[in-house]
Amino acid sequence: MSDDELTPASTLREVSDSDSSSSEPRDEPGLPAVPGEVPAVPAGQPHAPVPVVAHADVIDDAIDNPVFITEKLSVSYGTAPAVLDVSLRVPEKQITAFIGPSGCGKSTIIRCFNRMNDLIPGAHVEGTVRYHGVDLYGSDIDSVQVRKRIGMVFQKPNPFPKSIYDNIAFGPKVLGMKGSMDQIVEEALRRASLWDDVKDRLKDNAFGMSGGQQQRLCIARALATNPDVLLMDEPCSALDPISTGRIEDLMHELKETVSIVIVTHNMQQAARVSDRTAFFIVDMGSSEEARIGRLVEYGPTDRIFTNPHDIRTEEYVSGKFG
Amino acid sequence: MATPSIASGVAGPTAESVFGPARRRIGEKAIAFALFCAAATSVVITVGIVVSLTGETLAFFADDAVTASGFLTDGQWTPLFSDPQFGIRPLVQGTLIISGIALIVAIPLGIGTAAFLSEYASPRVRKAVKPTLELLAGVPTVVFGYFALTFFTPSVLQGFLGMDVSVFNGLAGGIIVGVLIVPTVASVAEDAMSAVPQSLREGAYGLGASRRQVTVRVVVPAALSGITAGVVLGASRAVGETMVVLIAAGQVPTTSLDPRNPMETMTAFIGATGKGDVPTGSTGYKAIFAVGFALFLMTLILNMISIRFVRRYRQVYE
Repeated sequence: MSDDELTPASTLREVSDSDSSSSEPRDEPGLPAVPGEVPAVPAGQPHAPVPVVAHADVIDDAIDNPVFITEKLSVSYGTAPAVLDVSLRVPEKQITAFIGPSGCGKSTIIRCFNRMNDLIPGAHVEGTVRYHGVDLYGSDIDSVQVRKRIGMVFQKPNPFPKSIYDNIAFGPKVLGMKGSMDQIVEEALRRASLWDDVKDRLKDNAFGMSGGQQQRLCIARALATNPDVLLMDEPCSALDPISTGRIEDLMHELKETVSIVIVTHNMQQAARVSDRTAFFIVDMGSSEEARIGRLVEYGPTDRIFTNPHDIRTEEYVSGKFG
Repeated sequence: MATPSIASGVAGPTAESVFGPARRRIGEKAIAFALFCAAATSVVITVGIVVSLTGETLAFFADDAVTASGFLTDGQWTPLFSDPQFGIRPLVQGTLIISGIALIVAIPLGIGTAAFLSEYASPRVRKAVKPTLELLAGVPTVVFGYFALTFFTPSVLQGFLGMDVSVFNGLAGGIIVGVLIVPTVASVAEDAMSAVPQSLREGAYGLGASRRQVTVRVVVPAALSGITAGVVLGASRAVGETMVVLIAAGQVPTTSLDPRNPMETMTAFIGATGKGDVPTGSTGYKAIFAVGFALFLMTLILNMISIRFVRRYRQVYE
């Protein structure tokens, strides 16, 4: 695979350039300082069946501040494996995007980060997920405690059928947080840049808001408990472009204080907002049921979009499939 | 020929030339009519019941031995005595006390069962418990009546709990009526709770809520209208339940508020008097209809209150 094959994706570079300032921690001794100039790295175990590319080359996760480290993470539903052998490191206080076609397991993996898969009967997780070094699936870990630190925003806005105020206050009340509830609510709404929109109608039902406002309310609701990580599972897929833009702006502001992992169908969104991108694919088995998700490539977003090392990543980011 | 047509001589498009020959829709209309008849039956029967009740009730109040004020306020109900008294209060009181006891039993048991099945039970446990519950709903109420009289009162109330209760008593009747309506309350409430979108639960779990917090703070409030519907349905069944109270609660119309004593409900009076030897057309006979009418009004008011309640407090989540 030669570098000049990779030019089709370069049009995306413009939008991702704005993020490159926050990419310093990627540069580690022994690893390529400049994407594309890859020295011969001794081949580790080949991650995907692509012989030409070494493991450390496609899974470029040498970061010194990981918030999550997964090792050989696999999830199955019943007896059917959904996603296999995902090993990557997610950096702190940055935005990491998971992209890939439907069914590639990106949502399944993100749901391991706050043990949301526990709620699905028959879901089984193998391998390890470490959060600040602690095994999230260790026997001494209470999944409820995990979710207090790691907030989540879902595909469809899912406010509770309560007032705007009560939606925000839900988390702090459940966790028994101390302090003035009014203040907690205001701060969360301000962080989600929703305060000015709703400060005069805090007692109104959240269902009276627009879809974009509802989703920002859900972000505010998650922020109210002061999480360390925010997981976003296709947060904009039900929203119009303007609402999407506001949420993306919000993510840029939030990464000062929280680590964000976002799953998205939308490659441009990944290019716009994220610092690092992981690309997943679906391995088509013999039948529909045998679809298995795999991690193909992971690295700094601008490198993934302008200089992908795996031919499948290149085809995906250049729009040939998916 | 008077109106010239542009298309004269040329066949323009017709419905038939575009869509093919029209199909006759007799079958469709017959089905629609049959379904309408099915729906109309319940309306017609309801109207018929009201009409027949109203006629006899008016005849009852036209009787010399009856006054409307005595009916509403008098504390004695002795319609078959030689000197009859027609004060409905003892019957209403008996009905309310027994239904109240039944609801005290059925609301926690029913909603608890529903919450367990919807939020806690594994699919396997749910598969085992739900049919059992439905089995309970299928037991004839006369069986519950004798269960209350021959087992619950002597063995549980008098024996196990050592309570000083009569052989016939309102407490046993009320508790067993409560057990009887648990499946009704539980099944309707469980449907409502299962219908709460999974996305709301995920939202709450994602904020670090425990299962109990998700159930109590998210699922139950969101399902409140359905849960209330279940409770009201159960309450209507409790108020209307006849066999259990007829067998186990005794037939003593009393103004005593102590459920350890025998008491008579409105339905028990109707059942006992209707099968007895009261002559058709007598005041006692007409009293059956008057009590029936009062019962009808009570359940109607109950339903109206609950509809208002549901409208006011329900949380719309879609």
